Amino acid sequence: MDRRHFLKGAASLGLGASLLPYLKVLPASAASNETAVVVIGGTINSLDIHRSGTNRDSYQVAINCYDRLVSFGTKEMPDGSLSYDFDNVQPELAESWEISDDGTVMTFTIREGATFWDGKPVTAYDVKWSLDRAVSLGGFPTVQMKAGRLESPDQFEAVDDRTFRITLPFPSKLALPDLATPIPIVINSEVAKANATDDDPWATEYLHRNPAGSGAYKVARWDSGQQLVYERNDDWIGGEVPGYQRVIVREVPSQSTRRALIERGNVSASHNIPNKDARELADKPGVKVVSTPIENCIYSLCTNLDFEPFKDKRVRQAVAWSIPYQKIFEQAAYEQGVPMWGGSDTVDEISWPQKSPYEENIEKARALMAEAGYEDGFEVPLSFNLSHADWAEPAALQIQRGLEKIGIRASIEKIPGANWRTIALVDKKLPLHLENFGGWLNTPDYYFFWAYIKGNLFNSYNYDNPEMAKLVDDTLDMAMDHPDYEPNVRRMIELAFDDIPRIPLWQPTLNVAFNDKVEGYEYWFHRQMDIRALEPA
Amino acid sequence: MTSMSTPASPKLEGPTRTSYWQHLRHVASENPVTGVAFGLFALFIGMAVFGPWLVPFDPLETDVGPALQAPSGAHWFGTDQSGRDVFSRVVVATRLDLLISVSAVAISFVLGSIMGSFAGYFGGWTDRITGRVVDTIMAFPLFVLAMGIVAAAGNTVENIVYATAIINLPFYARMARAEVSIRRNAGFVQAARLSGNSELRVLFGHIFPNTLPPMMVQISLNMGWAILNAAGLSFIGLGVQPPTPEWGIMVAEGANFIVSGEWWLVMFPGLMLMLAVFTFNLIGDGLRDLVDPQRRT
Amino acid sequence: MPFMLDRLRKVAMRLLQAVPTVFGILVVCFLLTRALPGDPAAYFAGDMADAESIERLRQEMGLDQPLPVQFLTYLKDLAGGDLGMAVSTGQPVMAELASRLPASLELTLGALLLSFVIAVPLGVLAATRPNTWVDHLCRFLVTAGVSLPTFFTGLVLMYIFYYLLGWAPAPMGRLDMMYLPPDPVTGFLTIDAAIAGEWEVLGAALAQLALPLITLALFTLAPIARMTRAAMLQTLGSDFVRTARAAGLSGRRVLVTYAFRNALLPVVTTLGMVFSFVLGANVLVEKVFAWPGIGSFAVEALVVSDYAAVQGFVLSMALLFVALNLLIDVTYTLIDPRVGEEA
Repeated sequence: MDRRHFLKGAASLGLGASLLPYLKVLPASAASNETAVVVIGGTINSLDIHRSGTNRDSYQVAINCYDRLVSFGTKEMPDGSLSYDFDNVQPELAESWEISDDGTVMTFTIREGATFWDGKPVTAYDVKWSLDRAVSLGGFPTVQMKAGRLESPDQFEAVDDRTFRITLPFPSKLALPDLATPIPIVINSEVAKANATDDDPWATEYLHRNPAGSGAYKVARWDSGQQLVYERNDDWIGGEVPGYQRVIVREVPSQSTRRALIERGNVSASHNIPNKDARELADKPGVKVVSTPIENCIYSLCTNLDFEPFKDKRVRQAVAWSIPYQKIFEQAAYEQGVPMWGGSDTVDEISWPQKSPYEENIEKARALMAEAGYEDGFEVPLSFNLSHADWAEPAALQIQRGLEKIGIRASIEKIPGANWRTIALVDKKLPLHLENFGGWLNTPDYYFFWAYIKGNLFNSYNYDNPEMAKLVDDTLDMAMDHPDYEPNVRRMIELAFDDIPRIPLWQPTLNVAFNDKVEGYEYWFHRQMDIRALEPA
Repeated sequence: MTSMSTPASPKLEGPTRTSYWQHLRHVASENPVTGVAFGLFALFIGMAVFGPWLVPFDPLETDVGPALQAPSGAHWFGTDQSGRDVFSRVVVATRLDLLISVSAVAISFVLGSIMGSFAGYFGGWTDRITGRVVDTIMAFPLFVLAMGIVAAAGNTVENIVYATAIINLPFYARMARAEVSIRRNAGFVQAARLSGNSELRVLFGHIFPNTLPPMMVQISLNMGWAILNAAGLSFIGLGVQPPTPEWGIMVAEGANFIVSGEWWLVMFPGLMLMLAVFTFNLIGDGLRDLVDPQRRT
Repeated sequence: MPFMLDRLRKVAMRLLQAVPTVFGILVVCFLLTRALPGDPAAYFAGDMADAESIERLRQEMGLDQPLPVQFLTYLKDLAGGDLGMAVSTGQPVMAELASRLPASLELTLGALLLSFVIAVPLGVLAATRPNTWVDHLCRFLVTAGVSLPTFFTGLVLMYIFYYLLGWAPAPMGRLDMMYLPPDPVTGFLTIDAAIAGEWEVLGAALAQLALPLITLALFTLAPIARMTRAAMLQTLGSDFVRTARAAGLSGRRVLVTYAFRNALLPVVTTLGMVFSFVLGANVLVEKVFAWPGIGSFAVEALVVSDYAAVQGFVLSMALLFVALNLLIDVTYTLIDPRVGEEA
C-alpha cells in the first residue's frame, strides 16, 4: 500500500481503531478534525494509576481511559475559559445516587447500558473490585482514598448488578468529591482477574500496560518514552462524545523545542508551558493560551521552625515583610497568576487562597528583626527543587536580595528532584525553601490539613500549633453550610497569616497553549489534559 | 618492514635550549593563528585576574536594568531575566571557569602521569592494575560518569572539578605510559642509569620531561573540554549553584531563551566559552610548535 | 590455518581481558548509584504516600537489604539476564535498552561516519599543505566545531533550520508522525527502511536525523581531523615516504598508498575514544531533539536515582565499548600494511 496515503484510505474506508496497528498522520492534521497532537515535557510511565511508581503525567490515562462513578461539572471562569466546578458533582458511570440522612451511606445506581471496551456491561461488582484495589494497594491511591474517608474494602458493597453502596465511618463532605478524583476509577474486573496471579492479585503487571476500562478513549499504542496514542471509544456513554477520533500525546523533553513546535503550528496543544511562554505566546498569531489559576495552590516561601532564628514568630514575619513580591511576580511569574500579598489586616472572608496582609516593607521587617534580637541577621541556605527552577530561581534571587536588606545572608541551593522529596518533605530539614503545594480537593481546611498539621507531608517546616490542629480536625469533614464552618476556617487563616510559617508569594496558573483550531479545553484540579473535552473548531 | 617507524614514534631528544621568547616570537610570526591564540590567552588571564574591577555592574545585583533588555549602550550584552548585566556576568565568570578547568586538568595531569609513568616504567602488576583502572573509567561514557559523580557527591564547584579530573585521568595515564615505556630502554636512559641514578630519579628526572611535549597538547585540549563538561553538567541541572556567574550555566539557561528571541542571553556567554575552548585548543598546537621544533618542518 | 587460530586466540584474549573491566564497571556503577542522594522508594511512592507505603515499596525494590546482599542479588539477576525494572519509565530495563539502543547507535554511528567523511579529507588536505592558509583554515574550522557545547549547537541549528526557515522537520523524535516505522530488522530506521524498500520512509528518517547528526558531527570533526593531520605529517616526513618519493613514485600514489594507509592506523584507534565522547554528547543532543535514545533515558534515570536503569545503561555502554574496541583492534590489523608480510 502507498504508505503516504495510508491514513486517508483508512479513514475513508471507515476502518475501526482495531485495524490501525500503527498510525500515520499527515503533518497538517495536527490541526485536522480527526487527530490532535499534544506535547508534554514529562513522560508517561504507566497506564495504571494505582501502581506504585506511577508518575503524575500518567494520571491522564486514568482520566481519559477510565470512568469514575461521579465527575465534576463545568463552570466558566471570569476570562471566559472553562474550568471544572468543584461544587457541582455530576454523574459519570453512576446515573444517580442517594445519601442517607445521617450522611454515612451512599448508594449509587450504575448507568444502564454502560459497557467496558470489550462489550461487557459495567456492574457494581466491577466498582467494588476497583475501589477495593485502590484502598488495598497502598501508596498514593490509598492515601488519596483515605482523604475521602474511604479506607477499607468493608466499606464497599455491591448490592446487585447496578447498585453499589459505600458506608462511611462518619459523614464527610470530602467523600463524594474524592470519588471524582482520578483515583477511584472503575476497572473491568473480569479482564483484570483473568490476568491476575497469586503474587499479583490486583493484576498490576497487566493493567500497567493494558488498560481495561469503559472510558472515552482507548490506548491504541504506547511507546514508552515517546508517545501515547488514544483512540476514541465510540460507545462511551459517560458524557458527551469527544471531538477527536484520535489524540497523540508526544513527549518532548526540551522546553524550547515544545515552544517551537506550537509556534510553528505542528502540534495542537502544548501542556503546562512556562509562565514566560504563556505571556509571549498569547500574542502570537495562530496560538492561544489558556492560563487558569490553580485552585488551592500557592507558591510559597517556607521558614522551618526547627531552624533556631525561625522559632521566633517575629523573625518569620520580618522575612514576610522583606520580600519584593511585585518584582517576583514580574520576573518569576511573568504576571501569570494571582498576587497573594498586600491584603487587608483582618481576615474578612474564607475564600482560599487569599492575599496575606504582608507586602514589601523593609522598615517594618528591620524593626521586627531588632525586636527579636537579630539586628545582625544570620546565615541561611535558601533551597528550591531543581525541577521548579523556571519560577523558583528568579524568585529565589529576589528573595535573597530582600533578605540581604534585613541582614539575613541567604545562599541559594538547587536540589535535584529525587532528593527533594526526601530532604524537604519527608525529613523536613530545609531551613528556608520554596514550595508549591496545591490540594486536589478544593476546600481551605483540606489545604490546612496537608500544610499546617505537624507531621503531614506538605508541612515541610514543622509548624505545630494545637489550636490549628484542633480547628482542622473539627472542620475537615464538616459540611460547608455548618454554622461553625466559616468561623473555623477564618480562624485557621488568621493563624496561618499571623504565625506565617508559609509565606504566600502568588497563586500560580496552569498554562496550556493551543493551536487556534482547537476548542473546548477545560481546566481540572489534577492539572492533566482532559482530552475528552477537546474538539476541532 | 618491521623497522618502519610507527606514526606515534616519539622524539627522543629533549627540547632545544634556545630562548623560548625568541622562539615564541618566531612561532607566532610564522603561524598567525597561534599568535592570535596567545593574545587571547593573555586576555583571558587578564579578565580572570582583574575581571571584578573591570565590569560596570555587580554581576550578582538584580535589577540594574530592566529585565531581558537587548544589548544597548548601558548594557553591552543586554540584561537577563532578573535584570542582571550580562556583560559583567560574562567577564566575572572567567575566573571561575578558568579555575575549574585549570584545577581539573592539573589534578588529572599529576595523578594520570604518575600512574602512567609507573605503569610504563615498571610494567608488570603496576601496569596491569593501572591498565584495568583506566579501562574501567574509559568504559563509562565519560560525560555520564561525570554526571553520576556530581549527582552522587552534590553539585558544588569542587565536585565538578573532581568529576572532570577523574574522566580526564585515563588520557594522561595512557599517554604517559606509552611515552615512558617507549623510552624505558633508550640510550640516554641507560646512560643515566649507568651513571648511578636511582630508578625514580631516572623516571622523573630523565624520562618524564621528554613526555611533556605531547602532554602539553593534551593539557590544552582538556582545558577546553573541562569547560564544555561543566557547561553540559549545567544544562542538565548539575552545574554550579545560582547566582554564581559561570559560562556553562549561562549558556544552559540562556538556551531556553533562543526560541523566544532573547539571543543575547546565550550568544555572549556562548561566544566567550567558545573563544576560551578555542584558545586552549590553538594554544595546544602553539605549545607543541614551541617545545617541539621538529614538528615545524 | 595457524593464522586464523592465532587471530581467534587474540580475540579470545581480548575478551578475557575485558572481564575484569566489566566487573570493575559493575562494582563502580553499583556503588555510584547507591551513593546517589535521595531515597528512590520515597520518590517513587508518589507525592502523597505515607511512611507505610514507602516502606512497602522499599521492600519491593529490595532496598531494605544490606548493600552486599543487594549486590549479590543484582549479580544473580544479571546472570539470569534480568536487568531489573526501570521504575521511572515503568518498563523492564532490558526492553528499554533494546528499543533505545538502536536509536542512539544510529545517531552516534551516523555522526561518526559523517564526521569521518569530512574530517579525514580535511586532515589530509591540511597535512599536505602545512602552515599555509589552508592548514590554518582547516584548523580554525574544526576547532570552532569542538568549542561549542553540543546542546547549544543543537538548539541553534533547530532554531534556524526548523523554527526560522522551516527546512527541517519538527524535532519530535526519529520519525515524523505521518510515517509508519518499517518492520524492525536492525532497529536502525534508515537501514530497515532501505531493506523494506520504503524510500519515502527512509527520506523521512534521514530528515529527522539530519540536525542531530550534524550537531554531533561538528563536535567530532576536531579530534579526527587533527589526528589525521598529525599522523599524515608524521608519515609524510618518515623515511619510507621519502624513499618512495625518491624512487620516483608519483605524489598521488605516495600519498594514498603509503602515507594515507599508515596514517589511518592512529586515526582508527582514536575512533574508540571519540565514540565514547560522542555517546556522552549524545545525552545532551537527545534531549534537545526529543530523540528516544539511551542517553536521555540515562539522564532521567540518574536524576531520579533509578538504580536499575542507571546500572543497565552503564553496563550496556561498557559492553558496547569493549565490543567496539575489539572491532577496532580487528580493523587495525586489517588495514595495517604490515600484517600481510607477517602472515
